[in-house]
Amino acid sequence: MAKMVSLTIDGREVTVPEGTLIVNAAKSAGIDIPVFCYHPKMEPVGMCRQCLVEVGRPAIDRASGQAVMEDGKPKINFGAKLETACTTPVSAGMVVLSRSEKAQASQKEILEFLLTSHPLDCPVCDKGGECPLQNLTMAHASPQSRFQFSEKHHAGKHVPLGDKIWLDRERCIQCARCIRFQDEVVGEPVLAFYQRGRATDIITRSEPPFDSIFSGNTTDICPVGALTTADFRFGARPWEMKAAASICPLCPVGCNVTLNTRREAKAGGKVVIKRVMPRQNEQVNEIWICDRGRFNWNAPKDMERWEQPMLRRDGELQAVRWSEAIRAAGAKLKDEKNLLVIASGWLSNEDLFNLKALADHLGGKARLYNQMPGGEATTSLGAGAGTNLGDLGKGATVVIAGADLYHQAPIWHLRLKQAADRGARLVIVNSEPTRLDRHAAHLVHCKKDEVAKKIAGLAKDSEAALDSAETLLVFFGDQCGPDLPAACAALLRARSGKPNDALIGVWARANDQGALEIGFQTTTDLQAEFDRAGVVIFAGAADPVGAGALKVGAGKKRPFMIVQDPYRTATTNLADVLLPAQTVTERDGSFTSGERRVQRFLPAVPKCGDSLPDYAITARLAGELGLALAGGSAREVMDRIALALPNFAGIDFGKLAEVHEQLPIIGRADLYYGGTSYQNSQGLGVHLQKA
Amino acid sequence: MSHLLLRQRDIPGIDQLETYRQHGGFAAFKKAVTSMQPQEVTDMVKASGLRGRGGAGFPTGVKWGFIPKDILPHYVVANADESEPGTFKDREIMAGNPFQFLEGIAITAYATGAETAYIYLRGEFWQVAQFLDDKIADMEKAGLLGDKIFGSAFNLRIHTHLGAGAYICGEETALLESIEGKRGQPRIRPPFPAVYGLYGKPTVVNNVETLANVPLIVEKGAEWYRSLGTADSAGVKIFSLSGHVKKPGNYELPFGTTYRELIYTHGGGVLDDRPVKAILSAGASSAGIPGADRTRATPMDYASVRTLGADLGSASVIVINDSVDLDWVINKTIHFFKHESCGKCTPCREGTYWMMHLIEHIHAGEDVQANTELLLSVAKQMQNKCLCPLGEFSTMAVTTAIERFPDDFKPSSGGGKHG
Repeated sequence: MAKMVSLTIDGREVTVPEGTLIVNAAKSAGIDIPVFCYHPKMEPVGMCRQCLVEVGRPAIDRASGQAVMEDGKPKINFGAKLETACTTPVSAGMVVLSRSEKAQASQKEILEFLLTSHPLDCPVCDKGGECPLQNLTMAHASPQSRFQFSEKHHAGKHVPLGDKIWLDRERCIQCARCIRFQDEVVGEPVLAFYQRGRATDIITRSEPPFDSIFSGNTTDICPVGALTTADFRFGARPWEMKAAASICPLCPVGCNVTLNTRREAKAGGKVVIKRVMPRQNEQVNEIWICDRGRFNWNAPKDMERWEQPMLRRDGELQAVRWSEAIRAAGAKLKDEKNLLVIASGWLSNEDLFNLKALADHLGGKARLYNQMPGGEATTSLGAGAGTNLGDLGKGATVVIAGADLYHQAPIWHLRLKQAADRGARLVIVNSEPTRLDRHAAHLVHCKKDEVAKKIAGLAKDSEAALDSAETLLVFFGDQCGPDLPAACAALLRARSGKPNDALIGVWARANDQGALEIGFQTTTDLQAEFDRAGVVIFAGAADPVGAGALKVGAGKKRPFMIVQDPYRTATTNLADVLLPAQTVTERDGSFTSGERRVQRFLPAVPKCGDSLPDYAITARLAGELGLALAGGSAREVMDRIALALPNFAGIDFGKLAEVHEQLPIIGRADLYYGGTSYQNSQGLGVHLQKA
Repeated sequence: MSHLLLRQRDIPGIDQLETYRQHGGFAAFKKAVTSMQPQEVTDMVKASGLRGRGGAGFPTGVKWGFIPKDILPHYVVANADESEPGTFKDREIMAGNPFQFLEGIAITAYATGAETAYIYLRGEFWQVAQFLDDKIADMEKAGLLGDKIFGSAFNLRIHTHLGAGAYICGEETALLESIEGKRGQPRIRPPFPAVYGLYGKPTVVNNVETLANVPLIVEKGAEWYRSLGTADSAGVKIFSLSGHVKKPGNYELPFGTTYRELIYTHGGGVLDDRPVKAILSAGASSAGIPGADRTRATPMDYASVRTLGADLGSASVIVINDSVDLDWVINKTIHFFKHESCGKCTPCREGTYWMMHLIEHIHAGEDVQANTELLLSVAKQMQNKCLCPLGEFSTMAVTTAIERFPDDFKPSSGGGKHG
């Protein structure tokens, strides 16, 4: 435990660990000292000078070393100059005045300086409404400018920094947060200052420009509207939008996100998602998300949706009522005992649980649409409550085997890079170079089919030094053969009594781990199982036909195909019964991340047509067969999961919704502190029980 | 009195190693390394009262004493950026009496336990840098640099490093950033370079002239050194005299010499024999002092100059006669600082830009009174807020010019006497 230090800020007694910066000590006491360049996730630089405060320290008598007393109280000496709260650490007995006349005057004067070069185009600026500069100006600045408007500095207003980020050079206040984020947090220093003085500009130094999968985060921490995203730019005003808590479904990290939605004429009066913003979860994604999560998951919007149940009649899919479609599917299931369920990790825990229950009831097989091996190992050796990538530092070793985290699970890349910065050892074994390689303490490049062997060899490799690790995490990917997971698991099995050790699969989809936990198994020969089946249920955008993984032979006898899917795909086009499902943004449910954290997502937009959530579809089908499954709400299904599966024991939606204060405190009224990432008020999620 | 620093003026060829050694060169270095403990050298410099000649006037020995002994390695950096307008003494020392400067570095390195020293020169000094490289090579050949110097355990290497044309790199932390290959911008202090300097290690940064004094002190003792100059300003100083004087140039004089003596006796008097209107005592970054009798009678030492509401600084005396108005003078300084502001901190980046526009208006005779009031307000608004001293410096001439020379900012004077 760090030594605690007591001081007074604006008359309030504050006790914080030694070394805490004044700005953070104030924050912890609910006092917001305005900042622009300071960001709690980065080293302080003291550049913008917005946080100048009066700092007094107890006078010490040189001879005795004792505090000088005055009227029974320690005498406080105030310096002649104001000090930057973002760079000055607290000390015992310190007195900080952030709202004194002198401090307020200074804060107002710095604002005036900043505004001399700022275009004040708030009415057309994307940041307007959630802009720290705007907010502080409204709160503190003079209503009139002493600066001649015609003499404002002019610079490029539409400068593409890359294909995703636009720079408005006039709005930039040179706080360097974006530059420092890329440099310190991400380790990809692709942004820099160019020129000097008033001519200082942000440039990108990489080719291709702004070459970083984390680029979108710079727009969240930009304290003005200088950096905006290509997809949201001029798209909506912040105050017009609603916010829904969600979980990014694009990879197994399970980043907490907020979906901002708006009903708009352009979309024919529909509610649409305007942007994806990070939502704080310090154990998962902190306050960051990757560009895939931010920009790519609107991609299916161009895909055609199924709005009604369809039934194949005379070779054509025809719209029918739900009852009719369910009846037809149920009848077939009663006749044909040989059921195969092919579900993907796009589905929620609740959907998968119901599908598994149905398959079990009918003696069918539940298969995960994912050929990557290792599922069993991750359910038994996976992460538990003690695993937090944010805690990894000295003493921890992380093995990354056959996975390119930068592209497959970017936030894990970022978190492991930071763990390496804190002293954790990264051991990377791969057939291809990855961007994490430069942070590796031990790096092995070999042929694909040798990765498993090299992993087995690590146990005896003194350079890898796995024995000395207090905590060992092993990430494995799908690129290096079927023997890899077993080799990785063996590394962990060779150790015992290390509670935070974990094996983590870098799966393709958000809830592959959940499917495995619920009992789905991967299949090595999908075609053979399909050909043998009597009825096949495809669920969760499992589109093996479209992916070329499955051939549905013409003329040959083929199984009856029940397809539950939101979108029209090659597989749905072959369906005998088509059951329109809702997307993750239209309903609630939960995912289990690769780190075995169960997290809840909530509906953001109204459902499309007559679609239903998958768990409800399955419950209706099951009802037709005399099996009672929960189908009224995802909450109900989760209650059943918790009763049925020991690894889910104790989990319910109430627990999933629990939050506790996270540091740094972000997302409150003072957006200047943490940026526009959302504060988490909808739940931090719960780890599955360790096996 | 013969020169102690600008010895080339008395001894031709002192830039040759042989000649320098014939005149006692490197005796001090040898004495320090072979007969003194590093702490003794530091104590001696402390006792001599030597103060930094770069402008701040901080006691040199005290600065050396801040170097923590338990963090290694240590570095010595010679600040040869010399970019203050009106300052041109370091160049003359390096070009004329290079070995005394290099010997000073060597002794400083010994005293502070550094085995590597850098000389950071402004980019325009590339010829000086090449010249110093040759002199360093001569020293290496003579065994005065390298391993086991004078048979002791002391090793030292000296490297020159050229800047790329930024005034800000004369600020010691920006200078360190620049050596490290980064953008030349100042760091937040504390921590000071003595604790967290070059590559994050304890570093002594001293001015060229400061270092050139060190061999004298070691050779002749602290007492002798103290006997030169005044009570609070020991030793001799090179005064860079420029502006409206007949004989501008460097003058090595004891501290305490009056402005009158510098300007009239050494500088040959004011150009066109006009009266002294103002003096900038420390280059473009200094306060303007009215050229009154009292000023001219003031001795040039740290304490006395302060009584005039200015600083001795690097002792770059710019004399301004009555042929120009102060608005013209500060127009020059503001343009300089606007051009050189590194842009890191808000008040300097925005303030110098704003001041430039205001002085242009004043200069053009537009709304002179209102714009002058605003200019004064903006300059004061910058003060005590900047990240490094250079931002503060940019306001010194501005506020003092307006406050001390109000007649030069009258509407009638707009567009008046401008050089």
